[in-house]
Amino acid sequence: MFMPRKQTPEGSSLTRTQLGAVGAGLLIAGLALLVVGWSAPLVLFAKAVLVLAGVVTTSQGLSRVVWAVRGRRPDILVWLCSAWLVLLITVALLAPLLPLGEHVDVASALTAPTYQTPELLSEHPLGTNNYGLDLLARSVYGARTSLVISLLAVAIGTVVGGSIGVVAGYFRAGVDSVVGIFTNALLAVPPLILLIALGTVLDPKIRNIALALALITIPSMIRLARANTIAFAQREFVLAARAMGATRLRVMVRELTPNVMLPVFSMMIVMISVLIVAEASLSFLGLGIQAPEPTWGNMISEGEGGTMQDFPHVVLVPGTFLFLTVFSFNLLGEKAQKRWDARSAKI
Amino acid sequence: MTSDYLLEVDDVRTEFATSRGLVRAVDGVSLTLRPGETLGIVGESGSGKSVLGRTIMGLITNGPSTTVSGTVRLAGQDVHAISASQRRKLWGPKVAMVFQDPMTSLNPVKKVGVHITEALRLHLGVGKAEARERAVDLLKKVGIPEPARRMNQYPHELSGGMRQRVVIAMALSCDPELLIADEPTTALDVTVQKQILDLLASLSTTLNMATILISHDLGAVEGRTDRVQVMYAGRVVETARTQTVFNAPSHPYAEALLASIPRLNDPPHTILRAIDGTPPDMANPPSGCRFAPRCVYAADNCRTDPPVLADLGTALEPHRVACHYPLPAPGVTPPDLDPAGLVKEKN
Repeated sequence: MFMPRKQTPEGSSLTRTQLGAVGAGLLIAGLALLVVGWSAPLVLFAKAVLVLAGVVTTSQGLSRVVWAVRGRRPDILVWLCSAWLVLLITVALLAPLLPLGEHVDVASALTAPTYQTPELLSEHPLGTNNYGLDLLARSVYGARTSLVISLLAVAIGTVVGGSIGVVAGYFRAGVDSVVGIFTNALLAVPPLILLIALGTVLDPKIRNIALALALITIPSMIRLARANTIAFAQREFVLAARAMGATRLRVMVRELTPNVMLPVFSMMIVMISVLIVAEASLSFLGLGIQAPEPTWGNMISEGEGGTMQDFPHVVLVPGTFLFLTVFSFNLLGEKAQKRWDARSAKI
Repeated sequence: MTSDYLLEVDDVRTEFATSRGLVRAVDGVSLTLRPGETLGIVGESGSGKSVLGRTIMGLITNGPSTTVSGTVRLAGQDVHAISASQRRKLWGPKVAMVFQDPMTSLNPVKKVGVHITEALRLHLGVGKAEARERAVDLLKKVGIPEPARRMNQYPHELSGGMRQRVVIAMALSCDPELLIADEPTTALDVTVQKQILDLLASLSTTLNMATILISHDLGAVEGRTDRVQVMYAGRVVETARTQTVFNAPSHPYAEALLASIPRLNDPPHTILRAIDGTPPDMANPPSGCRFAPRCVYAADNCRTDPPVLADLGTALEPHRVACHYPLPAPGVTPPDLDPAGLVKEKN
């Protein structure tokens, strides 16, 4: 299957070996840039530029190597995003077992240096904050909180919103108009204002924040599920199922829901990234999980009051984690949407 | 309660309230069907055949904009008087339907096997393994090669003809006493059409299952049904043994339909005889005979008095026609018509 039939891989003017060599060269150069940039005792700005250049070069090299091996240009961005998410989720799951620095207990970080800049081979590869707490450990534990909250919220929102949407789309008439008023009412309130209002009333616990965020996802899930249900309910297979004696519940659960699941699933992925940002905004404002318990939002807020000017890495590190994660979820969600869009699917 | 008829339809009217006024899609249709008997319902698009089929099933019932009057007795039960849950018990074991378009009458996310086993398990309460076994048998019965492998395929992996076979297998799953095939071949190409029609005809003989074959194509019905009922604008215009209608149609519409079938033994460059005009607007039908505006024999009273179904045949072989001037039996040349235009010989 992978036997080369022609020397030049698809879409490339170089031969397979040339392309592989260029790729390998770029890969090595990129990795070198990355390591040097990260460990060299330079100003943070220079380090960041070097690391960024290293990441870009590495991914270009990787792309060319895969291209040369498989003969087809890979969508390297999708692979990098997936890799980042897999890495992040694994690390977040295994956080208590990993040899990370102190993330929350200020007392045990008394001897650690404060505001240390990131250095690859030091004890704190991503530096420390004002209490000497390790930023890598805090970012990883922050990922735990962020992911748990947003996944929980999306799950609740999808189950509740999705089922309401399917019911509204299948029955139409009265149910639909009541649900429509409810959705429009929820959509009329700006989400952040609603979150802040809820945040001032509710205890800042993971469960409560997840519930508040779920409330934001519900209306858009209802709309999506409803629209897709209406489209599928007109297909003849629904009538055929009814003509074989299926109850209305059965039609909704067994016939419509599996069809509606595909677009809802891609929406879920996009929604996760929206909720990660929403959660970070809440913690940034001090309404989410309270410091010293780390979240990306409250870590970024540590840069307030001039700290960011003196020690930009305090903001840069959690900001990068947030950016990469949101970017990855967004990109994968969009790819999923394109792949499973009911309008383009030939079924 | 005990009658020798499986299906008795008496003066059924199905009316839809639309924005343009009341549409009488089915306007006083009666018919009877004995167990194992086959009936063809033929008519142009919009003549009410499909609505009649769905009304017989009980898929169309009284609703906010729909009125159904008259009685449909199926296996001794009045379909429109019983509760929805009782009606669902009829669907499957008593009556089943094959729909027009096999592209949309199968659920794209359900495997072929699931489509069939679901009904078996729901109505007959058989276990998973037995249902699977029976489903494989059914697929074999409807002429699908490699039935065990097809069970695990999705509808999009099958061709149109194969899909329609699956739909038929689905309808047959609970051994229905009556099968309603609503234009089962319109969405298929001509060679596959014949296969599917022959399959339906042979299944209804071997399983001794009463069948209603709804079609706009007289050729589809010929030789495959015992009796035929010609519908025009929601009313029955002629009903008789299939051979009688084909050899000696008495209603001008039936004659015109027959004449409009192109024949292989027509000389080259024969102009295809079409029926002039269009079917009437069902919200505002003509007051007299509904076919009068398009009828070549129409007289003045045709345009004012609606004809009733009168019996021309014998008690043993009823032949009922709704026409003031039924065409004479063969041998007598009707006026104003080229004898060569009448197609009486069978090919």
